[in-house]
Amino acid sequence: MPVEVRLPTLLRPSADGQSRVKAQGATVGEVLESIVAEYPALESQVLGSEGGLHRFVNVYLNDDDVRYLDRLDTKVGPDDIVSILPAVAGGAS
Amino acid sequence: MSSEGDRAESIASTVKIAADVVLEITAHCLRAAPEEGCGLLAASGGSALIDRWFPARNAARSARRYVVDPSDHLRADRQAESEGREIVGVFHSHTHTDPYPSPTDVDEAPDPSWHYVVVSLRGEVPAVRSYEIANGRITEELLETT
Repeated sequence: MPVEVRLPTLLRPSADGQSRVKAQGATVGEVLESIVAEYPALESQVLGSEGGLHRFVNVYLNDDDVRYLDRLDTKVGPDDIVSILPAVAGGAS
Repeated sequence: MSSEGDRAESIASTVKIAADVVLEITAHCLRAAPEEGCGLLAASGGSALIDRWFPARNAARSARRYVVDPSDHLRADRQAESEGREIVGVFHSHTHTDPYPSPTDVDEAPDPSWHYVVVSLRGEVPAVRSYEIANGRITEELLETT
């Protein structure tokens, strides 16, 4: 069963302008690999150089940050929604 | 509140922000002090007017750095989508420095299409300014309140 992945505005140009895409996979990692396979330009924006999550990206499985679950090994079900959001930070210093 | 600054910058474009939003994000930043306050800005799909804002916790809990709490970002993103809006920018406060993006702001700016609003609490009157930050380049936007 395909899983829905929500994309932020930053990543949509790399996914043919779509805000939501369908992906296959039993884990968050497989889902991300699935969308990267279909939209290769997403790879450098979503995944880190060593294959893990990009440090400036937050990925949610429904309401939960996957960093607090099993990260890329987090299991995904057919009714789940994976949301990808950029990390937003800065400051005066 | 002042939207004037003492830097001379070329201004590339105009950003329209609802007056209520400007007032409310300034109040949010004042309440957050001494920590930097932050939140997200939204506009209806296709509209140039920023007419909605979402408060976010500063996960860094710092007077010199902000991190938009990721769960607040997710909540704002979903709420904006349910309202037919999109997140189009972020605001944060500089508690003791000018309303101008710092090197940290530039390095960590996540989206070149966003508006970056800085609320300075340095003076007696808060100063609010908006910028584009893309490819390491800062360009001030003319901030129009409506």
